[in-house]
Amino acid sequence: MTAERACELLGTIAGVTAGGAAPVIAQVPPEQWEAVARFTKDTLGCAFFSFCTAIDWKADGLEVVAWVDNLETNLAVQLRTKLGPGNTTCQSIVPVYRGADWMERECFDMFGVRFVGHPDPRRILLADDWKGHPLLKSYAVDTPHPPYR
Amino acid sequence: MEIKTPVPEVPAPVWKNIKDLQEWQEHHQRRPETGDKHSAFFEQVTEGIHNFPGGFALTTVADGFFNWARKSSVWPVSFGLACCAIEMMATFASRFDVERLGMVPWASPRHSDLMIVSGTVTIKMAPMLKRIYDQMPDPKWAVSMGSCANSGGPFRNGYHVVKGVDRVIPVDVYVPGCPPPPESLLNGLLLLQDQISHFRRTGQRAEPSPKVD
Repeated sequence: MTAERACELLGTIAGVTAGGAAPVIAQVPPEQWEAVARFTKDTLGCAFFSFCTAIDWKADGLEVVAWVDNLETNLAVQLRTKLGPGNTTCQSIVPVYRGADWMERECFDMFGVRFVGHPDPRRILLADDWKGHPLLKSYAVDTPHPPYR
Repeated sequence: MEIKTPVPEVPAPVWKNIKDLQEWQEHHQRRPETGDKHSAFFEQVTEGIHNFPGGFALTTVADGFFNWARKSSVWPVSFGLACCAIEMMATFASRFDVERLGMVPWASPRHSDLMIVSGTVTIKMAPMLKRIYDQMPDPKWAVSMGSCANSGGPFRNGYHVVKGVDRVIPVDVYVPGCPPPPESLLNGLLLLQDQISHFRRTGQRAEPSPKVD
């Protein structure tokens, strides 16, 4: 599976624009998120889930980024989806990639993205009673945390 | 499918000026003015001996003896938090050998006299640290090792770090450095021994060493 062929195949899905070689960057509409992840795993052979994170574009809302690899053919695919302003829900890709479980929990921890369909949507790194999501640009670092700060 | 929110939603905090280093004084944990807790029986007996004619000589000598005994066997609880713990281990190992000062790293807070807070204290870790400190029997001492434990250090403006362990427990000696080399920690432990030798029968302590970030 070459990068060109992967771009070609990803481009056949409605709403997906793909480009680049290393990695192949696919801009995915949020409602296609899980379907495209399944496509990369089954059709492109990207069996290795690398990471999932998010970007806070302030007024433009959050963007969820996932990186998957096909280790046999050295194909790297970066999946990106813009959730839109004010929207914090995203489809979960845990049914496709088991490895996304903790990464999506961390993503919720830090950015507050709710992954619909996640089997265990709790906080993972921060304490259970933590308020707010620290990696959002709107989060103030001197937010008080009684009794210790 | 609707996911239930695990935490109550709070309005996003607004940016404020990052507070100055001076603010640690507001939340600084101090040892109680009345000194450490003793049993009422012990207090009565020592007061009685002290007020008996000539008895003060006995209590003063006993104070000196107890302080010598205390400072000669300060057992730190083995409690490593971050990279400072590596330097702490080096201090405990054969080259720097604090065992000649009577310090044995002990893996039980109930048998320990000293807590060396070696590293970054996160907000999530602070309750556990407080709990281990509370499990140690009186009289107990605490050494804050490294910039992170002193004031938060390089992570001071991060979201997850307690800005100085003296917001959680009272601290006797501050050891500066990032991380402090074993010689520096050794110097701090010698300062601590000096403070312990000033420990009084009434539980009054020497002033903590000056805080250096």
